[in-house]
Order: sequence, then structure tokens, then C-alpha cells
Amino acid sequence: MEKLFQAANTSGSISGPPSAREYFNDRLFRSIALTSAFLIIVLVAYILWEIGREAMPAIGEYGLGFVTGTTWNVSKGEFGVLPEIWGTLYSSLLALLIGGVFGIAIAIFLTQDFINHRLATVFRTVIEMLAAIPSVVFGLWGIYVLIPLLKPGAEWLHDSLGWFPLFGTNLSGPGMAPAALVLAIMILPTVAAISVDAFRRIPYKVKEAAYGMGTTRWEAILKVMLPTASSGVLAALVLGFGRALGETMALAMLIGNANQISLSLFSPANTLASLLASNFPEAGRIEVQALMYAALVLLAITFLVNVAGLAVQQYTIRKFEGKK
Amino acid sequence: MKYKTSLASALAAAVAALGLLAGGQPAISATAEATELVVRGAGATFPQPLYQRWMQEYAKVDTGVRFSYEGVGSGSGVKRFLEGSVDFGASDAAMSDSELAKVDPKRGVEMIPMTAGMVVLAYNIPGVPEGLRLSRALYADILAGKVGFWDDARIQESNPDLTLPHLAIVTVVRRDSSGTTYVITNHLARIDPDWETSGPGIGKRVDWPGSAMEVQGNEGVARRVQITDGAIGYMAYEFAKQLDLPIATLQNKAGNFVEPGPLTGQAALASAEEIPENLRVYLPDPAGADAYPIVSYTWLLLDGRYPDPAKAEALKAALGWGLDEGQTIAAEMGYIPLPDRMIGKAKEALGRIR
Amino acid sequence: MSQLDLTSQALDIRPRPRLQYQALEPRALKSGFLTGLTWLAALLAAVPLFSVIYMLLIQGGTRLFGADIAEVLTGLPPAGFEMGGGIGPAIVGTLIMVGIASAISIPLGILAAIYLGVLDSTSKIAKTARFLAKVLTGFPSILAGVFVYAVIVIRFGYSATAGGVALAVLMLPTVVLAAEEAMSQVPQRMKDAAYGMGCTRTQVIWKVVLPTGLPGILTGVMLAIAGASGESAPLLFTALFSNYYISELAEPTASLSILIYNFSGMPFQNQIELAWTASLVLVLIVLVFNILARILGRPKV
Repeated sequence: MEKLFQAANTSGSISGPPSAREYFNDRLFRSIALTSAFLIIVLVAYILWEIGREAMPAIGEYGLGFVTGTTWNVSKGEFGVLPEIWGTLYSSLLALLIGGVFGIAIAIFLTQDFINHRLATVFRTVIEMLAAIPSVVFGLWGIYVLIPLLKPGAEWLHDSLGWFPLFGTNLSGPGMAPAALVLAIMILPTVAAISVDAFRRIPYKVKEAAYGMGTTRWEAILKVMLPTASSGVLAALVLGFGRALGETMALAMLIGNANQISLSLFSPANTLASLLASNFPEAGRIEVQALMYAALVLLAITFLVNVAGLAVQQYTIRKFEGKK
Repeated sequence: MKYKTSLASALAAAVAALGLLAGGQPAISATAEATELVVRGAGATFPQPLYQRWMQEYAKVDTGVRFSYEGVGSGSGVKRFLEGSVDFGASDAAMSDSELAKVDPKRGVEMIPMTAGMVVLAYNIPGVPEGLRLSRALYADILAGKVGFWDDARIQESNPDLTLPHLAIVTVVRRDSSGTTYVITNHLARIDPDWETSGPGIGKRVDWPGSAMEVQGNEGVARRVQITDGAIGYMAYEFAKQLDLPIATLQNKAGNFVEPGPLTGQAALASAEEIPENLRVYLPDPAGADAYPIVSYTWLLLDGRYPDPAKAEALKAALGWGLDEGQTIAAEMGYIPLPDRMIGKAKEALGRIR
Repeated sequence: MSQLDLTSQALDIRPRPRLQYQALEPRALKSGFLTGLTWLAALLAAVPLFSVIYMLLIQGGTRLFGADIAEVLTGLPPAGFEMGGGIGPAIVGTLIMVGIASAISIPLGILAAIYLGVLDSTSKIAKTARFLAKVLTGFPSILAGVFVYAVIVIRFGYSATAGGVALAVLMLPTVVLAAEEAMSQVPQRMKDAAYGMGCTRTQVIWKVVLPTGLPGILTGVMLAIAGASGESAPLLFTALFSNYYISELAEPTASLSILIYNFSGMPFQNQIELAWTASLVLVLIVLVFNILARILGRPKV
């Protein structure tokens, strides 16, 4: 009996317990991998701490007046980012309204058997290519194509409905509307991708049951599929909003860089990210501190929105996995 | 699987090869650099086109020296000059007293006026390709944000034969620290008594009203005016001329409406009375019937004593050329040639550099 | 059998539903209308992509595929009122900084993903790291630049290295999440077989998990590289810009994205044409990496 198993035990070539050296390598490599994973946590913490630390002098200097002030005056040392906060939130909200609706529509288009599988893949690729285009290229395109395209429509809206605050000024060139539209185009793939995911998670039998009861296609979508996928779609919208808040370059090129607060869709404005992009390169010591404070404000807003979106996404996954 | 890994490794090799190829490039230009002297400068965008042209032309005269110039705005130019990170600075506002106080006494400073130029108001009004006239108090108020629309009664008054659309006035201003801003705000403070106290104030960087679009550099202002309907912005004359932007005719101190041009520019320079020792002369509001109201010299900031004598000699020779042959090129490009009196004083200052 | 006959004609006593599709019925009309809207939305969403590609080819292509392609690809960026010139330093700068970023983020990301996906996917560290990696994907790119400015630029000045580090911060989450996804898909059977033969966990990872998960990992890497090449916000005040070819890593460096940003704000026709050309080159680079991600990422298990 011993002889039978002897050959397998002695050689160490094909199989056998690991040698001491292999144990050591194993331990070493596993600790390296652990350290790397830990480094991610350290990195995020370091980012938060560093930006907070750099903003401290400015927080001490300007306090909460920074968030309510409306001028950015380097020579007098008065800094306020209320117009920028307004611009950030307003442009992102507009982008969410447009990009969100389109994103969900595309997700429905892709997952609810409107087109065959091949076409759906092609269309999916188109949307992914849209996501791949860099922000600066969208900015350039916006100046050359979008603004001239919007001018006639904006003029008509302003002339006929000028009393309405949203159309209160004319579109001179760069402004809130072109910026929000480009932003919508940029977050559309994000919203679409996460919504597609959400729709895919719905168990097939739910759809079958709805059709079995005689609903039309859209009744099934609106009354059954959408409510079931609602938390996933909500996550998509929140994460899309988070992406819009942080977008920099296309906005810096298209929003007009004017530090004012206006409801009009066509007036120029400014956002936190474009303020940072425009003023940082040539800023002196005092201005850098104020900009760090602005960076902290942006960080706080985007961090909160992203964490909220991810939490909703976790909840969705747990909801569906639990059901199964 | 094998073809995928070999594809990936072929890609990595290609990127590495490209990197090496690119690495080879600077080696080539570095050896060329080793035999010639490099003189770096940075500063105002106002005279940048001229300095670039001069560097091109002068390279034919003296092949042993290469000049490089970065247009970062007068403020940054002065800052870099004080830090010593450039060999010469450039500023349309020379240096203020507080900046002069920061100069390292071992280095010293000479401010050499190289040329002069006009600051113009270029505009973009659909339907008005040329011929906008703005009276004195009016253009100050437009830039202060007090006039809302182009068909305002005051503008219509100065321009009875133009049909002005009901379009919002969008002012385009400088975000960066700019000598051009200093020149125009210095002038506007002379016109508008409230400009300095309750208005934006004088300086290389001022607090423009919130509705103004803020951009970088003379070229940024030109670009923004080009693409925005109803925009009006201030920039150097050469930019507006070479880019064919419509320029507003302004009313000067004598009450006449004057278009910017070589003659009106020279008339403005001629009104300067005395020239101080450090050659810092501002002309905030030239008198004279034909004088264009907004003019300024622009200076190159050089050390009084250079540690490297070769650089000092190269700079002196180049600037000397600029003050002689360079002046005709300046006039060609739309800058104002220096009056002889000024050239003499500038050469004296140049001679003091060691 | 029952006496009911559901297929007979409708009687007045008990109305029966007509089960055939009726196009003009209000509910069907509503459904058809919404379907039309959805088709419209889908087509509208595709328009910007084709418009951008069209503009790139027309505006950028005339210069790139024109007479002087060598000059455009290797020449120095022109200044102010100059004619000619090219985008050579920008191409090299982008490649170098993306290279630095890859060298930092790819090993680190894969190692972290090994821990998250294979070694210990349910531990507290793994859960936190995974969550934070997802948060980092939505991180505004300009804040990566601000962070690197505070940490590196203030001490060591503007450099290509600083730009590379900022890009690495942005690439890391993509690499980690894609690699983790790929490695956790490896069938447990394969790993069990390796354990059965006496492999340590490290050996299982190196000999079974990594080779099997390589397509997915490569997909993530290619997508991360594509994304990093297109970034400009983090480079604005870390690598700044330069008009010359890079001669050492510790100096400001040109990049395609910053060149496009700078030149698009200039009024000179020459610069604007070069901005379009640079955009075309950049989008080509990004698309190539995206397509590679697709090809390399086809799963083989």
C-alpha cells in the first residue's frame, strides 16, 4: 500500500505541500496586496485631509462669509463664491433634467426589446464612444457648433417669452444654456449605463406577468418596470448629478466666466470647478488659499452626492439579490 | 490567448519606442542649445506680437543668441522678474513703487521703454460692422456696467446714423494681472470721478462688475469678443487691427472723436511733459486735439547688474537694435514708434546696465 | 366539460374583450406615441457623437491630412501671430505623463484588486477600500490637480511627474474596480484544482487567477489609459504647459488636452486649426485604446 502512494509523495514536481520558501513568498505577497488595498483608503483620507489643511487659513480668515459673498476681489482680499455655487448647482440641475431624461429613455430603449440584439450592441457602443470623448473636445465643439445652433432658438424664446425669468436675457455667446446642454451630453452615458444595469436586474417573470395581464408595452414599462427599477434609476440620476458637479473643462470654455447669479438660461455664469481652473495657474499666495477653500466646498458637495448615490446603488443590489 | 498577450506586448513596445524617439528629439535640440546663449523673458501680452517678431528678425542678425518670451500678463512678468526666474520682464505698467521697493539691491533694475501702444475698445454688435462712436463719460459708464443695452439713448445720441439692436452689453475684461487693465483703469479714473472710490478702481487687477466676462490675456479678450454678440472689450490696438475687429471711436480730452491709428497715437505721446529718471511715465489722459485717449508705453525690465556678462551684452545689443531698427517694425505692426527724446533716454538707461 | 365557449361571438348578456391588437385604441396610441418619442430620444442622443466626429474630421483633418503632416505632428506650437507650427511636444508630453501615471496606477491597482477580489473580499478593509474606490471614480478631476498641487508642486515645482501623479489618482479606481471584477469571475473550480495540487494562495493568483482574468484586467487598464489621456483639468496647474519638447521630467510639460484648452481661447485662425488637429489626434488615441479594450476584453472562460 505504501509503495503505491510513495511516488506521489516524494517528488515535489507535480503536486505536494509548499516549501518553506514558497510559504514565505506567499506571506510577503499577501501583505503587499493588503498594503495596496489599504493604500486606497489612505489615499482618499490623505486627499481629504490635505485639501482641508490647505483651506484652513482661508476658513479662519473668511469663515462662512466665503459661502455667501459674491465678489472675488484679489486686490482687496475679499472672496466669496456664492455665484459659483449657484452656477454649479444650476448647471448640474439643468444637465440632470435633460441628460437624466434622455439617459433613462436610452436605457429603456436598450433593455425593453425595442431593437434586436445586434442593433442594441451597436447603439451601446455609440453611447460608450460618447462617454469616451474628452471634455475639452466637447468644449471646442460647443463653441463652434452648439452656440451658433442655439442662438436663433434662444433669440426667439427671449423675444417672445422674455418676461419669464428663465428667458430674461439674450444668448450672447457662452452662457448657462450651452454649458448645461454639453453637460447633459456628458452625463447621459453615465445615467444610461447605470439605468441599463438597474433594468437588467428586474426578474423576467415580473415583465411576463405584466404582459400576461394585457398591458401595452408602455403601460408595462411605466407602471411595472420603472417602479421596480426605481431605486437603481435613482442611483443613476444621483451619480450623474455628481459627475455633472465635478465637470470642469467644457464648462470653463462655455459658461462665460461671469461672477453673477441669474435665473436666465442664457446669461453667462461661473462654476466652482471653472473658477479653480481659471484662477489657479497664476494665483498668488493669498488667492491660492481662497481657492483651496473653494476646492474644499466643491469636494464637500461632490463627496456627499457621490456617497449618497452609491448608498442608493448598494440598497438596490441588496434589494434584488435578497429577492432572489 | 497567446496572440492577445503578444498584441499587448507589441503595443507596450511601440509606446516605449515612441517614448525613446521623443527622448531623442530633445537631445538633438539640447546640443544645438549648448552652443548658443538662451535669454528668457516673460510678461505682458500687450507687446507680445511685437517682441516675437523682433526675436524672429533679430535671430537673423545675431545667430549666437536665442530669446524666448512667454506672455503671462504684466503682473506675472513683474513677479517672475523679482523672483529672478527670468532674465528680463515685461510690463505695460512698469513697476509700482511697492514693486520697486522689492527689488534686490544687488541686482538693481532698469525699466526700458521699448514701444508704446494704444488700448482700444473692440466690439461685436450684429448689424454694426463699423463706426461706433462713444462719448467720454459714456464709455466709462459702459465699462462700469452702468449701461445695460446697446440701444440705450446715450449711445444712440452719439450714433444717430446707426441702428443699434436691443442687445445686452456684455463687457469682456481681464481676469489675470494685466498692464493693459492698469492702463485703461488709470485713464478711466481721470474721466469718471467715482471710478476709483466706488467703481472698480485702478490696478492690474480690479473688481469688475459681476456681469463682465473674465478671460485670460489680450488674445483671450479678442477671442471672446469675436464669439459673443453684444460684447465690448479692451485690448491692444494690434490685436483688434490684425484680427479685423470693429474698433470704437472715442472722444478725447479735447472733446474730439478720435480713431486709433499711428498719427493719433503719436499725437498722444507728444503730450508727455517731463520724463522722470526711471523712465516711468504714464499718460492717463493726453491733451491735444488729435490725441487718442488711451495710450501707454510698455517697458522691458532688466537687471542693473547681470552676473553673466554675456547675457548683459546680448540684451544690450538686442534692445539697442530694438530701439533703432525695431521701431520701424513696431510702426508696421500698429504700435507707436517712440519719440526721439524717449529713445535717447532709453539708450542712456541701457548703457547703465552691466 | 364546461358549457362555456369563450371563442363564440360576444353576447349582449356578457361583454367579451376583443383580444386582437387595435392600433387606434387610446392605450395603444399612447404606447405608440411614447415609442416614437423614445426612438427620437435615441436618435437625438447619437447626434452629438456624429457631429463631433464630423467636425473633428473636417476641421482637424484638413490640417492633419493636408500637405504638411510631418510639420503638424512634430513642429513646435506657434505663438501669437505666427503661421505654421505643430503639436509635436504636446503628443510627446501626453504619452510621457500617461506613461508615468500607468507605471504608478497599474501595479498598485492590480495588487489592490488581488486583495479585494481574491484574497479577502469580505474583510472590513476590503469593503471600505471597494467603497472608496467607487467614490473615487466620481471624483472631480480638478480636485486631483489641487491635491497634487498641495502635495508635490508646492515643494518641488511644476513638473511632468506631478502631472503623472495626478493622472494616476484618476486612473487608479478604474483599474482597481475592473481588475477586481475580472478576477472574482474566475471559476472557483480552477482555483480549487490549484489548491488541491498544493499551491499557496500567491501561486494560485499568479498561475491561475491573473492569466485567466487578464482580458478583464486589460480592459480596465485600456479604459483607464484612454480616460487619462483625455484629462486636462488635473494638468492645468501640475504640469502647466510648455512650447518646447520635454527635456527632463521635472519641468512644465505640454500636453494635447491643455494645448486644445489654450488654443481654443485664442483668436488666431492658425491656433484654432491646430486645436482641432490636436483634438482629432487625441480622440484617435482615446478611440484606439477603447477599441483595444473591447478586443482584448473578450472573455475566454
